[in-house]
This record gives sequence, C-alpha cells and structure tokens, in this order.
Amino acid sequence: MTRLLGYNALIIALGATVVGVVLAIIGAKRDRSDLVRAAYATAHLQFGLVTIAVFAMIYALVAHDFSVGYVAQVGSRATPLFYTVISLWGALEGSILFWVWVLTLLTTLVIFWNRQREGRLIPYTTATLLAVGSFFLLLLVGPANPFELVSPTPPDGPGPNPLLQNHILMGVHPPLLYLGYVGLTVPFAFAVGAMAAGRVDDDEWIRLSRRWTLGAWGFLTAAIIAGMWWSYEVLGWGGYWAWDPVENASFMPWLTATAFLHSVQVQERRGMLKLWNLNLIVATFALTILGTFLTRSGVLTSVHAFTEGTIGYWFLGLIAVILIVSFALVAGNSEALKTRGRLDAAVSRETVFLLQNLFLTAFTFTVLVGTLFPLAAEAFRGEKVSVGEPFFNRMTIPLCAALLFLMGVGPALPWKRASGETVKRQLLPPAIGALVAGALGLFAGARNPYAVLAFAFAGFALVANIREFITGVSARMRARGEAPLEALGSLISANRRRYGGYVAHIGVVAVAAAITASSTFKTEHEATLNKGESMQVSGMELQLAEVWGRREPQRDVVGVTVVLRKDGRELGRLDPRMNFYPTSDQPVPTPAVRSRPWGDVYVNLQAFTPNGSNATLRVIVEPLVPWIWIGGLIICCGALVSMAPSRRRVAAVEPATETPDAPLGAREPVAAT
Amino acid sequence: MSTQTTGRRRAALTVATVVVLGAFGYLLFGGLGSNVVYFLTPQELLARGDKAYDVPVRLGGQVAPGSVQWDAKALDLRFKVVDSAGSAAVLVHSKGAPPQMFRDGMGVVVEGEYGRDGVFSSKNLMIRHSEEYRAPEAGKRPQEMYRSLMKDATS
Repeated sequence: MTRLLGYNALIIALGATVVGVVLAIIGAKRDRSDLVRAAYATAHLQFGLVTIAVFAMIYALVAHDFSVGYVAQVGSRATPLFYTVISLWGALEGSILFWVWVLTLLTTLVIFWNRQREGRLIPYTTATLLAVGSFFLLLLVGPANPFELVSPTPPDGPGPNPLLQNHILMGVHPPLLYLGYVGLTVPFAFAVGAMAAGRVDDDEWIRLSRRWTLGAWGFLTAAIIAGMWWSYEVLGWGGYWAWDPVENASFMPWLTATAFLHSVQVQERRGMLKLWNLNLIVATFALTILGTFLTRSGVLTSVHAFTEGTIGYWFLGLIAVILIVSFALVAGNSEALKTRGRLDAAVSRETVFLLQNLFLTAFTFTVLVGTLFPLAAEAFRGEKVSVGEPFFNRMTIPLCAALLFLMGVGPALPWKRASGETVKRQLLPPAIGALVAGALGLFAGARNPYAVLAFAFAGFALVANIREFITGVSARMRARGEAPLEALGSLISANRRRYGGYVAHIGVVAVAAAITASSTFKTEHEATLNKGESMQVSGMELQLAEVWGRREPQRDVVGVTVVLRKDGRELGRLDPRMNFYPTSDQPVPTPAVRSRPWGDVYVNLQAFTPNGSNATLRVIVEPLVPWIWIGGLIICCGALVSMAPSRRRVAAVEPATETPDAPLGAREPVAAT
Repeated sequence: MSTQTTGRRRAALTVATVVVLGAFGYLLFGGLGSNVVYFLTPQELLARGDKAYDVPVRLGGQVAPGSVQWDAKALDLRFKVVDSAGSAAVLVHSKGAPPQMFRDGMGVVVEGEYGRDGVFSSKNLMIRHSEEYRAPEAGKRPQEMYRSLMKDATS
C-alpha cells in the first residue's frame, strides 16, 4: 500500500514535470502567460507528489515495512528511531529521493516568489529547474527505485551502514550537503534562463539569484565543515581532511561558488566578467553533478559509495547534456556578453577579485586533476593508483596562503583605483597584524615556512577585516553620535552584503589558523597500558582505569575509561569505545575528545585484549581544533547576514543596473577613514 | 588610449597568460608524476625490481597465516602479506597497534615503502573491507573476542 502510493506519486510527478518543461518553454517562446501559469502549477504539483513519496518512505522505514526494497536494504528493527528516520539518506535510492524532494521544494519557492515577474526569464528558469528535476525523477522511477517490491517480505533487515549510524552528525551532514548541492541548481537555472531569454546583458538574473547562491554556499560550507567533524569524531585517526575523492567532490563546487560570489560583484559594479560568471556558475553546477557521480556511481570505494552498477552512466550523460546545452547558449549570447567596463588601475579591489578568481580556479583545477587522475589511470592504463596527500598539499598550500593574503588586501582597497597614500594607510595595520601573528607562530615553535606564512597572513586578513568594522563604527559614532553597538547594528544593516562578507572572512581566518595550528603542533602518542598503568602526554598523565563491555539494542560496545590528570589533579575522564554492529565484522571506532578552546585531547581505543587486562590507546593532542567548527559557524553567520534584506540596497540597486559605471563609490564607505 | 598601446597591452597579456598557465601546468603534472601512489599486489611489487624500492606504495593482499609477530609493549608488528594465490610474499614491518580484528588470512592494505633490506615499512595499515557482508566463520566472530567483557552476556 505504502509502496504503491510512493511509487505512483513518483510516476505522476515525472509525467507532470515533463509536461511542465514543455509548457514553460512554449509559454515563454510565444508569450502565452496562461501556459506559463500552467507550467508553474505543474511545479507545485510535482512538489506535492514528491512530498507524498518522501512521507511514504519515512512511514515505511518507521513501520519496518520490509516489503519496500529500500527498507529491506537499510532498515532493521533494532535501529533506534532517529537513525531509522535519517537512513532516508543512508543509501543510494533514498538519498536521490531526498535530493529530488529538496529540488522540488526549491523549485516551488523560486516560482512562488517570482510568479508576478514579467518577461521570459522566470519561465525559462522554471523550465531548467523542472528539466533537472525530471532527470532525477527518471532515476527514481527506473534504475534507483526505492519502492521496489521485495517478495517474500523478509522478517528483518540489516540496518544502515554501521559508520552511518554511529554519530549524530549523520543527521546533519547529508541534508546540509543536499541543500548546498541542490541549492546551486537555482543560480544555474537563472543563468540558463537568462541566456535562453536573451537577457544576459542586464544583471537581473544575478540579482534574483543572489540570495539563492549565498544560501546554497552557506549550506555547502556548513556541510563540508560538518563532514570534517564527522570524520574527526567517527573514523578514529585524529584528522579531519585527507583529500579523499569524496571530500574533494564537495570541495570543488565550493571553490567555484566562492569565486562566483566575488566575481559577480565585479559584474554588478563594473560590467565586466559577464562571460566568466556564466561559465563559473555552469562549472559549479556541473561539479555538483560530477560530485554526485563520484560518490554515487561506485567508482570509488568509500563510505559514500553505495555499490550500484549502471547509475554512473546516467550522471555522466547528465554532465554531458549540461555542458553542451550551456555552451551552446553561451555561444548564442556571445554578442551580449562583451565586456563594457575595463580595469582602471592595477591597484584596486577588482584586481584583487580577479586574482582571487584566478587562484580559486587554479585550486579547483588542481583538486579536479588530483581526483580524476586515478580514474583515468585505471580506465586507460589499467593501473590502480592513488594521488597522495603530498601532491595536494604541495599544490594547494601556497594557493591557500595567497588567498588568505588577498582576503586582507581586498577589503582594504577601494573600487576602481587606489592612491599610494590610501594603500599605505589601509595596509599598515594589517601588516602589523601579520608581523605579530607570524612572530607568535615562530615563538610557538612553527618552523615550516608555509606555516609561519599562513599564521602571518591569517593575522593580516583578520586585522584587515576587523578594521573595516572599527572604522565604520567610529565614523558613524562621530557623524551621528550613535552608541557603539547601535552604530555597529546600523553599519551592518546599511550594507549587509559587504559586512556579511567580512564576517565570513573572519570565519575563514579562524578555520585557516586552526588547521595550520593543529597540523603544525599536533603530537601523537601510542601505548599499550595494563589496567591502572599511566602514560605521559604533553605534560598530562593518562591512566587506564577500566576496560568494560556493554550491550545495546543495536550493537555491542567495548570501551575503556581513562583518567586524565595534570600535576596530580584530575582534569576529567574519557571513555573511547569500539562499537560492534551485527552486520560488520569490523568495529566502528568511537574516539573520546576533550575539547577546550585552546585545543583537543583525542583518545582512541586501538586494541584491547579479550580478558580486559590491557588496552592500546592512541592519544593525539591537537591545538585549536575547535576553532575549525567555530570558524565554520562564523562563516555561516556571515552568509546569513549577507542574505538578510538590506534597507538601502533595495533603493540603490535598481538605478545602478542601468549605469554600471556610475560613481558607485558614494555607496562605499571605505572612504570613511 | 591609442589602438597601438591597446594592442601591445593585449599581446603582453596573452604572453603573461601563456607563461602563467604553462608554469601552473608544469607544477601540476610534475607534482602529479612524483606523488602517484601505486596500488600493487606482492607479486606486482616484487616484479618491479629496482623500481620497487623507496617509493610510496599501497600494498594489497592477505595476511599470511602464522606470520604475525606482535610485541604489544614495544608496539612492534611484523607480518607477511601474500597474494591471494599465495605465490609471492612481502615482509611488512609496522609501528603501532594493528586494528582490533587483525588476524591471519584477512585482506589488508598497507601504505609505506619497500626498503632495500627486503622489508616493507608501513605507515598506515588498513583492513580491506569486503564489498558484501558475509557471516564470519566460527572462531573468528568478533563476539567471541569480547564476550568475557560483557556483564550481561547471554549469548
């Protein structure tokens, strides 16, 4: 019953979506608003039907209806309710169902908020969104059908992949990632809509999709950080990033989306980079699909690779269609994409943005080559290879340092042209910050030149971005007599996009400094201890108090209790564990982490003897790690600040699009210093 | 600005672009060449002769039954990795505790370098997970390892 309801909802949704694509295109071509309105209606219908299918699946999971193929694959009566519900995205079919649901939700919202808008942009945007939706619905109806009948009905299932039911972050990371990935479909659809409607010469598509891009970027940022945290909390190796192909898959669209967020500002301000921006957003969307291909097609062995045969070809086909259609549209619009503005001076904010885009593109290309090389080597030469971390580190660490530096220079420089005097005045305080931070790094014991450089540039960027707030606030306090907090509030709300960006920069600095510190000053100790025995770790004493076992409904747990002391005083107790799931002959490590703002003590249970007399522990002391997660939160706050409606922008933007070369510096309080 | 200077500027820009792209490409593919880690079986490793030594390799195979020597106090582990056919064997030396379920005959991947002394020094030892779940044989079930630790053990 549930099965038929869900499956039929998907089939009708597919039909409605295909009809919607046709209606939207014909309606836009012939200016038939009745057809366009009908297309909009099919989008809402599609959302309603997919919602029914999602609820049917959740119901089947919770009710342990093992006649439903997906439930038989990931469900189990012993799994706790929370992990049963989130196993909706724990394997291939369910994750695509959830993906489609998010896409149809966003499609409905895009249409609802723009339904009154005249012209062909929104109908073509709708057609694009519905076309992407129909591809994923086709997968659900055909090769990735989650509602397949299982007969005879099995009495119980294996439960989700043990790695995916071991930590609460599994409820957080995948939905954030889907919101980010799917969200990036929206600016892509607006770009395609603008090209199809012949409206690339104005910036309407960028303005209308700006919040969507920011929102998707914010979710993607949060997803990547949550994925790092998951890796740190579950995999037991004490790290958070390994240049694993699946990590790279989520990181590449983030890099290009970050480049896009900056380069569209050059287009809006100066009328440059139109062609570049279209290509960037097409590349970003294609990279999200490439990421889905890498993680969902089984070409990689990882926790994300749900082994599945033919689905990879579908994604490769989709990437080909995206690239062919997009580049045909770009070529068709080439006349309108000519640059109107030009660079006035080498020292200006737009130059910094250009360099930043260049470095981010190089970064993306490096990660892409490193990720795809093993696939190419196996396909063409039959060799099984992997690209080592040293390759990624050697190529990307200099780029990261350069980007940190630019993050401090950009905010300090005005648009168009900066005088030598301005440059000196603006860059002096950040330079002092760089010296102080670099010296601190050296003093703490960093000897690797890149580490010292990273600390210095982090200090540089931190001071430069905080200084923007200080100068803005003090100018307001002087000019209007506002109190400091009031001045800060009105400063931000007057130009949310700009100050939100600076908040995000500060978050990036925190992440960069934390990664540098934790990798530079990390110390690892491993020892086998008898019960009651201690080991010394970075001035602390770690005593093995007990080895214990415990039975839980869905798993068996073996753990140790460790007492942490400093100078004879007890700091706390930690209990790293191993979780044994019935479906896996390997335990899932569950390290215990004592987190403090200055750093983490990470204890993993490596091995124990069956009689419990001794255990082998790995202890890793990593400074500043919590600041990676805090920094991620700050970045997301920055995205939120930028997304909120700005009081002055609404009035200021409209005329600005008519004359992009108008002296917009008037709105730019950099001159307030 | 005259068209001549614009043209010169454009030429300079093109040259600069080519130089930058070339340098980047050189770094990229040069760096790739020296950092590719081959995934080899013991037989493939030994067949490489002189090229096998002192380069990072992922060695995949099975733990040769009866070859494991583990000194828990010194955290010193030695074992042999063999092909599935059992034809070639490589001695592996590793510092640090083996994974909990490490045992004879299981599939492993070791990351490290093969030295001229004929010993493969491992930096990272991983268990190769089989794609499909198969119930472990009697005597190798994880439960049998920790049963005595379970306070309310019933099975």
